[in-house]
Amino acid sequence: MEKTWNNKAWFMVLPVLLLVAFSAVIPLMTVVNYSVQDTFGNNVFFWNGSDWYTEILGSDRFWLSMVRNLIFSAIILVIEIPLGIFIALNMPKKGWGVPVCLVLMALPLLIPWNVVGTIWQVFGRIDIGLLGYTLSSLGIDYNYVNDPTDAWVTVILMDVWHWTSLVVLLCYAGLVSIPDAYYQAAKIDGASRWAIFRYIQLPKMNRVLLIAVLLRFMDSFMIYTEPFVVTGGGPGNSTTFMSIDLVKIAIGQFDLGPAAAMSIIYFLIVLLLSWVFYTVMTSVDAEH
Amino acid sequence: MARIDVNHIRHSYLPNPQKDADFALKEVHHTFEDGGAYALLGPSGCGKTTLLNIISGLLHPSHGQLLFNGKDVTRLSTQERNIAQVFQFPVIYDTMTVYDNLAFPLRNRGVPEADVDRKVRETLDMIDLAELAKKKARGLTADQKQKISLGRGLVRSDVNAILFDEPLTVIDPHMKWVLRSQLKQLHRRFGYTMVYVTHDQTEALTFADRVVVMYDGEIVQIGTPAELFERPRHTFVGYFIGSPGMNVMPVAIDGKTATIGSQRIELPGVPKAGAGAIELGIRPEYVRLGRDGMSVKISKVEDVGRHKVVRANLEGREIAAVIGEDETVPAEPKVRFDPAGINIYADSWRVEMGA
Amino acid sequence: MLELRNVTKTVGAAEHVRDVSLTLQHGSLNVLLGPTLSGKTSLMRLMAGLDVPTSGSVWFDGKDVTGMPVQKRNVAMVYQQFINYPAMTVYENIASPLRVAGTDQAKIDKEVRNAAALLKLTPYLDRTPLSLSGGQQQRTALARAIVKNASLVLLDEPLANLDYKLREELRAELPKIFAAAGTIFVYATTEPHEALLLGGNTATLSQGRITQFGPTIDVFRKPVDLVTAKTFADPPLNTIVLAKKGPDFLLEGGVKLPVPADLAGIADANYTIGFQPHHLSLERPNVAAVPVRAKVTITEITGSESFIHLDFADARWVMLTHGIRDFEPDAEVEVFIDPRHIMVFDEHGRAVAAPKLAA
Repeated sequence: MEKTWNNKAWFMVLPVLLLVAFSAVIPLMTVVNYSVQDTFGNNVFFWNGSDWYTEILGSDRFWLSMVRNLIFSAIILVIEIPLGIFIALNMPKKGWGVPVCLVLMALPLLIPWNVVGTIWQVFGRIDIGLLGYTLSSLGIDYNYVNDPTDAWVTVILMDVWHWTSLVVLLCYAGLVSIPDAYYQAAKIDGASRWAIFRYIQLPKMNRVLLIAVLLRFMDSFMIYTEPFVVTGGGPGNSTTFMSIDLVKIAIGQFDLGPAAAMSIIYFLIVLLLSWVFYTVMTSVDAEH
Repeated sequence: MARIDVNHIRHSYLPNPQKDADFALKEVHHTFEDGGAYALLGPSGCGKTTLLNIISGLLHPSHGQLLFNGKDVTRLSTQERNIAQVFQFPVIYDTMTVYDNLAFPLRNRGVPEADVDRKVRETLDMIDLAELAKKKARGLTADQKQKISLGRGLVRSDVNAILFDEPLTVIDPHMKWVLRSQLKQLHRRFGYTMVYVTHDQTEALTFADRVVVMYDGEIVQIGTPAELFERPRHTFVGYFIGSPGMNVMPVAIDGKTATIGSQRIELPGVPKAGAGAIELGIRPEYVRLGRDGMSVKISKVEDVGRHKVVRANLEGREIAAVIGEDETVPAEPKVRFDPAGINIYADSWRVEMGA
Repeated sequence: MLELRNVTKTVGAAEHVRDVSLTLQHGSLNVLLGPTLSGKTSLMRLMAGLDVPTSGSVWFDGKDVTGMPVQKRNVAMVYQQFINYPAMTVYENIASPLRVAGTDQAKIDKEVRNAAALLKLTPYLDRTPLSLSGGQQQRTALARAIVKNASLVLLDEPLANLDYKLREELRAELPKIFAAAGTIFVYATTEPHEALLLGGNTATLSQGRITQFGPTIDVFRKPVDLVTAKTFADPPLNTIVLAKKGPDFLLEGGVKLPVPADLAGIADANYTIGFQPHHLSLERPNVAAVPVRAKVTITEITGSESFIHLDFADARWVMLTHGIRDFEPDAEVEVFIDPRHIMVFDEHGRAVAAPKLAA
């Protein structure tokens, strides 16, 4: 709906525009600048054209970390979205259970990312960690430091533990907005539990689910802190995701040019995939 | 279709109801005959929706028994009772087509697809939505959505009763007329047992063969629209039905004569007067305004189109009279009470009049 | 005086308000009557300054206020939903606009108590709104609007969520309250009956357009076009398209409906005839009345009146009669049309002349 025309409104948003310019646009331009130049130090730069891009796109290392990223995002979406919906469906709708559940669900979201990493790093250790110790004393060969599969399992478990709550809270908000009459009508129509979910709850949740999928995809595709703290990208390169790789190139090897080119490619991929998700899900929505 | 017996049902929303005031439904004992069209009429909080939800099984009563065709269903779930219900706000399955909405209750019950198709097409014709069968239900108007809700009940051949919970609330006045008359036609043609909850007297009276007037958790009167209009059992019925409601004034009774202030009113008979406060009730439609009778002072004339409502003062009390569209108020206005419309009340309950 | 001059409001491709010109006087009660989505709420938002017209201008007391935001105008609004501050008492709810204005305590107290007395809220001043009935909650919202002493009070279907009888009571009180306040009242409703009971002036709306504006009873009795007549009829207006030939309209079955005397000169053509349900009767109301045979579809009985739905040729009619008249569906009945009460509309739906009223 259109609002009253008011020029003063522009002055109100000016600080935000400036802040965004400083925090996003200007650094991004710096990165673009780096990505098309080379340097041998002493602040001397040479025009390098698209060489860095060709190099990055031609390297196995880049593609491998991207594939790892895609697999990781796919796995956590496949786990977190249904699990989140399932938990939300089973949360109480009224009574004292509501605030208790909401607080419990919000807890993981309140913990800083590096702390989450540290918790799981300790949790999974076979000498002192509850998970690692229990598993190994049950005779299961579990060691995330040496075994790539175990490392993946640990990182995925950690992400699920950390972020499923977000999906739960979003879905719960969608669910409680459904009027009681819908459930009553469904009962009268003899609908099964599945039919109620499919024809009442899911349609009413699809907007929040779109948001949940987008947020979880973007976040997981850019994941850095937690796996870095737990596995450091290892063993080998098995949990080296694009962001970790990027930091290795930029800070570890101090190859600013390739790192900048990779950043830009990374940024475009996230943008592209988010757009694809959004378009697909909204068009599915519009079809209904 | 079924006969529904409501046997001494009481209901409280509190865990440990003690006194009468704790009950949303004090005690209801009534039979809804098979194929009857009933309305539950009353102000909000009178217990009409509670009673409806007890019949549909969305609520289980604290006390008493509910029978469908003589079979105890008090503890059965909504599904097991085989009823249909239309809610205040249209409940439709947005993502389905109109056709699939109607097919839904049948498919849920495992009806073969050929029968589903036949029943759905029949029902679409009954509710005049055949052209919209393939449309998504989401984009329809409120009255079309309400028809779909109704259709989902009509499509099942085994429903015991169709219940309505203020179904016309969100419908525009013109569409209300159309929907109401269609509903009434469906009832006449197919003989469904229908129970219709509303606070709107016009809806209740025009829809139902028998209207159940409720007040404060109790039934105050059950009757045909004519009975409720002409012989309200309680002054509340007189007030609640009719617009404006019945004029009620305290009187003194002596044989066949009632006295109000200095005025004497001839009664059609001798009231079998009970104890307590005696009142005379007369509907505005039975108050005759003319040149003879009791003197009144006119305070206001409301022209409401098809008739006029005259507000007047009789012996210090406000009374209303209804006169025709083309009638005018005489210069020295006087009123007479048509004896056919006079009722006498003792402690708000109507008393019979002997010869 | 509030003036709308050629106001149009479009949102995207949809025209919510179309070329509305309207002048409302101080101390007047103005009803906006029309079905859902006819533009009532959009028009009120323009009057309030919540929206700016796409074209046209809004004037208040001779001053152009187009584009002036609502905060700077002295406007109060009451909605269909009961909107109060749930954590405040009824007293504080009513006092809130005065507190915002910085009125001194003694004056606040006086105003609040006056408004509470007017709206019968005095016993509830210390309660919170949610502990009250719907009717009392809406009275609180009304009291807040009154106490604000606004120069324009907008009421958007304020009684729609209330019980029938409560509506009747508040509806009877509202005109008195309005008369006492002396501001411009605008009242939106979908119900013709409500407009008639409130009186004042009525503007009928259809698809964003005002079809007629004038004293309520005049708009009801002398609609300028078919759309207005239909908007302002409950039960729905009975209509039929008839050919006029010489002194008569020709009805099916060779029946002739005489053209009203004052319309004798109109050209022979097709006309739409409209009449209210209570002008159709089972008994001959006067010698001029014309009998037609119609088929009953369904009868609705209220106890004092009967609504008989009829099929006549292609037309569906409703007849409103006193008393109880029950007919079986498909029964043939003879009904009388009173030529004194017919409205005649030309092919564009414009009234050829209003019905002539019997004295």
